[in-house]
Amino acid sequence: MSESEKSLKFKIVDIIYILMMILPLVAGVILKLLTKPATEGVSITGAQIYFTIPMPIQDFPVTESQITSLLVIITILFVCLYLTHGLNERINLKRQHFAEMIVEKVDKLVKDNMGEYFMGFAPFIVAILALSAFSSLSSLLGLYPPTSDINVVGGWAVLVFIIITYFKMKCGPLAYLKGFTEPVALLAPINFVSEFATPVSMAFRHYGNVLSGTVISVLLGSALAGLSSMLLGALPGFLADIPLFQFGIPAVLSIYFDVFSGCLQAFIFAMLTMVYVSGAFDITAYMQRKERKAAKSKK
Amino acid sequence: MELALGIILGCCALGAGLAMIAGIGPGIGEGNAVAKACEAIGRQPECKGDVTTTMLMGCAIAETTGLYALVIAILLIFVAPNILVDVLVETMGLIG
Repeated sequence: MSESEKSLKFKIVDIIYILMMILPLVAGVILKLLTKPATEGVSITGAQIYFTIPMPIQDFPVTESQITSLLVIITILFVCLYLTHGLNERINLKRQHFAEMIVEKVDKLVKDNMGEYFMGFAPFIVAILALSAFSSLSSLLGLYPPTSDINVVGGWAVLVFIIITYFKMKCGPLAYLKGFTEPVALLAPINFVSEFATPVSMAFRHYGNVLSGTVISVLLGSALAGLSSMLLGALPGFLADIPLFQFGIPAVLSIYFDVFSGCLQAFIFAMLTMVYVSGAFDITAYMQRKERKAAKSKK
Repeated sequence: MELALGIILGCCALGAGLAMIAGIGPGIGEGNAVAKACEAIGRQPECKGDVTTTMLMGCAIAETTGLYALVIAILLIFVAPNILVDVLVETMGLIG
């Protein structure tokens, strides 16, 4: 099956995948356009709440960021399905080269940063990387980027924290507790605080970077509007309403704040996950413990 | 009532401005990191990729304190006034 002789069924499935990649984002944009409240001037608000589900302890608000992140997840799912559609041993599709390139790069990254033992982490790392990058890039479409909501990023950070603690516990709960008294027992409270500072700093770093980009973009947009109305306001008729400085200038900043900063923060979140998780686990201590256990059970 | 409102809003804005003084630290730190990375690349151009990756990581970590300040400032500007004004109205209602 080469590029030219794809069967009809293959093509139809391809088209469905491509449509399903684009449709969620289009749906998100339409939803945003329909529900956006009309505002004048500068408005920096949090995620808009669509509806709340009553729950026993506290009501559960369904916000823009949850909807957008679900749409992004659907998009990523169909990107993956599209890239792996028609995989075979004789590589004859362009997308297969691309998919293999991604897998090889991520495998190399994980191997370099975490070591051979953690190779099973590669799918998790690339999932976090893709989710974070696509979420930040969704602001290019005018959607509310889920990563500028502390709740979304905080959730990821808590997940990473659970994984870190699991790998620290792997050498035994006593060894985990003893880790707090290193290097001196006096430092235990500080070690305890720094343990919980890890997820907080990860969440704040990602969220702060994306949110500050949004805030600066909004402020700059209103400042440019003020500047152009100041310059052209004296002119008669429709000439006074020409947004002279709002052409192009915000787009240049968007390249930095949305594209570069979003991708960089995604990469950094994934890198920090790898560094923290592999740093939490001492493979030699784990092997010694395993041997000791095996020796005990033999007796 | 007006005076109390003015003090609340003004102090929130002042606090946000003061919090962002923390921006100095990450600025100096990241500048140092980038300067050293440039030196390293100048000495050994062949390890440009590794140096750049490590530098970006280091910059991100150095940025953390600045971002803490940013979060505090954003809370002070967008969240704190609403809560404090609500508290003020409540106490005024209790007194008067």
